Amino acid sequence: MNVSINGEAEEITAEQLSVGDLLKLKDVESPDMVSVQLNGAIVDRDSYDKTAINDKDEVEFLYFMGGGAGKC
Amino acid sequence: MMDFTEEQLERYSRHILLEEVGVEGQEKLLSAKVLIVGAGGLGAPVSLYLAAAGVGTIGIVDNDVVDLSNLQRQVVHFHKDINVAKVESAKEKMLAINPDLVVKTYKKYLCADNIREIIKDYDFVVEGTDNFPAKFLINDACVMEGIPFSHGGILRFDGQAMTVVPGESSCYRCTFRNPPPPDAVPTCSQAGVLGAIAGMLGTIQATEALKYIIGVGDLLTDTLLSFDAKKMHFRKVKLQRQDDCPICGKNPTITELVDAEQAVCSI
Repeated sequence: MNVSINGEAEEITAEQLSVGDLLKLKDVESPDMVSVQLNGAIVDRDSYDKTAINDKDEVEFLYFMGGGAGKC
Repeated sequence: MMDFTEEQLERYSRHILLEEVGVEGQEKLLSAKVLIVGAGGLGAPVSLYLAAAGVGTIGIVDNDVVDLSNLQRQVVHFHKDINVAKVESAKEKMLAINPDLVVKTYKKYLCADNIREIIKDYDFVVEGTDNFPAKFLINDACVMEGIPFSHGGILRFDGQAMTVVPGESSCYRCTFRNPPPPDAVPTCSQAGVLGAIAGMLGTIQATEALKYIIGVGDLLTDTLLSFDAKKMHFRKVKLQRQDDCPICGKNPTITELVDAEQAVCSI
């Protein structure tokens, strides 16, 4: 299937693919530090394994980023 | 209409020359009140540029004192300021650039009990904190008070920013929902950050604040701007309001502020 990941078109050879599978496939180091947007909707963290990714889907891995001043 | 002094006309002449700013825009800046949360890597350039721009009232919140390890990126603090309260150090520099301003300092941590009282007097909030409980608390308080804010984050060579206008655009929680587990979080103090990245992101946040006040251009609303400075690659991701957002969705479940597990008040 052809999927857009962070704006890049990618061909993935898989019959079935969940959000959880994709996080593993793309070697996302700390899934806890990522929010996943699938076709514009944020995927509930508890539903990663049961949310299917289909041909032509657009997936964004949105990283939590801190920074700035400490302990405010 | 405000009467500008000769000195003000000269000081702000490069703003006034801009068609999009002009005398009216500069008046708006001089009448505006902006709160900067965090006088660190992001708050440093934000405070310098907002002071230089003539934002009339600037509030700054931080409970820390300047540490030697801050000076690699927190350009508002100087070597002589080590062990000085960051808010006092930042105030001194802002007033040194522009004595016209009112600078209000809050040497404290923001927490559920005090945040609404502090932010409600401001037109815009710039969030430059390094911990997620504070980021979520600021989001929730700004949504409740209807105050727009700029979110900023930096790590290593990367940065991200988004602007939230409550009631109009998606909020930080729409996209990020809940703070990540504390043990999963790399902070600048653990993972490092290239100092100039703070300047890149902080000036983006300052620009958003100025744009909002003047009413010019398109804000980073419903947008996550992220960059990877190693490749100098910038990208905007479209975001949207989520009906199931726990604070700004159709049936909000967050109706009062609570401090998250990494109690920001008690550190």
